[in-house]
Amino acid sequence: MKKNLITSILYTVVTTILLGLIYPVLVVGLARIWPNQANGQLITRNGVVVGSRIIAQPFVGPQYFHPRPSAAGTNGYDATNSGGTNWGPTNQKLIDRVKGDVATLQAENPGKPIPVDLITASGSGLDPDITPAAAEFQVPRIAKARAMTEDAVRKVVQEHTQGRQFGFFGEARVNVLELNLVLDSQLPTKNIGQAK
Amino acid sequence: MTLNGWLQILFYFVVIVLVAKPMGVFMTKVFSRERTWLDPVVRPVERVLYKLTRVDEEREMRWTEYSIAMLLFSGVSMLVLYLLERTQQWLPLNPQKFAAIPQDLAFNTAASFTTNTNWQFYTGEQVMSYLTQMAGLAFHNFASAAVGMALAVAFIRGIARREKDTIGNFWVDMTRATLWVLVPISLVAALALVSQGVIQNFKPYDTVKLVEPQQIQKVGQDGKPVVDASGKPVMDTVTEQTVAQGPIASQEAIKELGTNGGGFMNANSAHPFENPTPFSNFIEMVLIFCIPAGLTYTLGRMTGSQKHGWAVFAAMAVLFFAGVTTAYWAESRGNPLLAGVEQHVSPLQPGGNMEGKEVRFGIANSALFATVTTDASCGAVNGMHDSYTPLGGMVPLVNIMLGEIVFGGVGAGMYGILIFVVLSVFIAGLMVGRTPEYLGKKIESYDVKMAMLYVLIFPLMILVLAAASALLPQGLATLNNNGPHGLSEILYAFTSGTGNNGSAFAGLGPNRWYNLAMGFTMLVGRFLMIVPMLAVAGSLAKKKIVPPSPGTFPVTTPLFTVLLVSVIIIVGALTFFPALSLGPILEHLLMHAGKTF
Repeated sequence: MKKNLITSILYTVVTTILLGLIYPVLVVGLARIWPNQANGQLITRNGVVVGSRIIAQPFVGPQYFHPRPSAAGTNGYDATNSGGTNWGPTNQKLIDRVKGDVATLQAENPGKPIPVDLITASGSGLDPDITPAAAEFQVPRIAKARAMTEDAVRKVVQEHTQGRQFGFFGEARVNVLELNLVLDSQLPTKNIGQAK
Repeated sequence: MTLNGWLQILFYFVVIVLVAKPMGVFMTKVFSRERTWLDPVVRPVERVLYKLTRVDEEREMRWTEYSIAMLLFSGVSMLVLYLLERTQQWLPLNPQKFAAIPQDLAFNTAASFTTNTNWQFYTGEQVMSYLTQMAGLAFHNFASAAVGMALAVAFIRGIARREKDTIGNFWVDMTRATLWVLVPISLVAALALVSQGVIQNFKPYDTVKLVEPQQIQKVGQDGKPVVDASGKPVMDTVTEQTVAQGPIASQEAIKELGTNGGGFMNANSAHPFENPTPFSNFIEMVLIFCIPAGLTYTLGRMTGSQKHGWAVFAAMAVLFFAGVTTAYWAESRGNPLLAGVEQHVSPLQPGGNMEGKEVRFGIANSALFATVTTDASCGAVNGMHDSYTPLGGMVPLVNIMLGEIVFGGVGAGMYGILIFVVLSVFIAGLMVGRTPEYLGKKIESYDVKMAMLYVLIFPLMILVLAAASALLPQGLATLNNNGPHGLSEILYAFTSGTGNNGSAFAGLGPNRWYNLAMGFTMLVGRFLMIVPMLAVAGSLAKKKIVPPSPGTFPVTTPLFTVLLVSVIIIVGALTFFPALSLGPILEHLLMHAGKTF
């Protein structure tokens, strides 16, 4: 008993140093092979860091593709407070939120069914992607706001649609931040002349 | 459901089958202290470790000493984690200057990580310093997994040995599990995950300038939205987003490999920094199953009956496919209460119930992950189980209720299913009227009593505490959903805690009652179930081998597989069906009747 107690204490101390300190520090060192990935894929525009490529940001303007609704933090898209709504399928709050979002979206693009990912909050609240269906749904609004043809917008979307990884894993998706930055680089928002 | 979805699921399973044998052979060598190709690097480290910690590697233990060593180590290391949480504000590697964790939450978390549960009543990126994450939480991810593997191997030795008093040395088993299996695989996996975009750094949180500033409602000091004279809400403009960072990849790898499941971030493996791509998701799922699947092969090899190992594997495979098929089907059908929404599969979207799920994983990979993480006692999630459809969410719940014996947790699943094997041969023995035998060992009244103790403690904790919570005001205070879904939240919490899984219907919030009650069930669910299990191992090791006779029930045939699956389902169903019918089953019926809460 006493012998095993002494070993327990020593073992906890020694392995904490080995597994709790040396191991993660070693991985930080080796992760320098991929410095961009290890540091969160930050994107810089005109010398200013404008986001992480894989973390969602809020977009509400008509000239931008909108991400999925977010339950991260009080106001959504809080990248220090990730999480979903955790509302069950019969929760009245879920039904009400969806009803409101559906009404807004239907007004914007009448007669088209609304892709489900566009009106459901993601698990992390930081989902950087939307489905190609959700991007296609928003094309008319963006074309109008930016005075572009729908086909021109569609072309940008297609160029930035990622298929299944290695042609097999996961699902096809479009990165919202990347897409909006490309649109801005082609035609900066401030030059749109407040088209609404 | 799509063809590609099914192919992804099948491909995953094929990979697990292919991994099982090499992992099993390797682990057999490791635990039998035979030479492996890692010896030149690892053996010197092992020797130094024994010297520093005063372990005599040649000395074997009886089951009682083995239990005591395991309990002492768990107790000491749990205390260290508690102290680390309470003092993190004074320690280094805390760039966000997080304060000490409150007492009851620190206890809950220490119990949670020591027992391999990794239930989380906190938001990692808001309260835990990098040091607490690494040296406290990730350390326990290694330690609790190594303890689990040691126990599984001790149990297998109990079956394999004859007329011996001892079942191995706890310290040696744990050390070899760590140095030969957990650390090397974690290192490689962590780097593979970094390549996919899992972050690994010590920098303070980044601040980025939003491309489009966000308008939010201004909140006054009383916590209520501020309104102007005409009653309209006053808006504030937010121009920046703070992005949490940290050494995640190193923790992510062992979190999955050790079937721990505790996320660095609150959203766990749904967070893009923990699980950025479909391929990282695939790696994480393979990590969860590779050791448990390998252990079934180790079982066959160490007991000299490889066919028995595969018979057990087959039973697990049946339960795995039943689970994933149900979850995939239910989630693909979507939520009938969402009007005006396109939930069908099309070339442009996978459709289905996407609330709480990520686009890059879609329905197939979310359903698969939920099944895998609860078949094993992992508990990591890549989507929010609370927002699954009633039947889709029932799959993870039932998986844990059956005892997480489908490949199982690292170690824990192995001895869980072996208890069911003992029960199955006992029942088969009763049916043919002979003393039951298992691989030549007579199963006697002591063994069955201990096995039953193991089987009974589990539902006792879940049902009694869930019932108590449903009656107490404190138990209802922090629910996130009303109606039958609220009961499902409570039921899931105690099932996950007692089963040491750690996944959640995460809407359920913490308070003092849940912190303490959950902490208690996690400790009971781990340690009170391990001791009878080790008692069976010790009792089996002492027995003589009886040569098989025509009356012996063979444990290598499809008939045995069918019997084993039946025993598991009957025990699980009889125990939990009433509770399930009041939770998810009732919610399913009401959802299709158009009822909301």
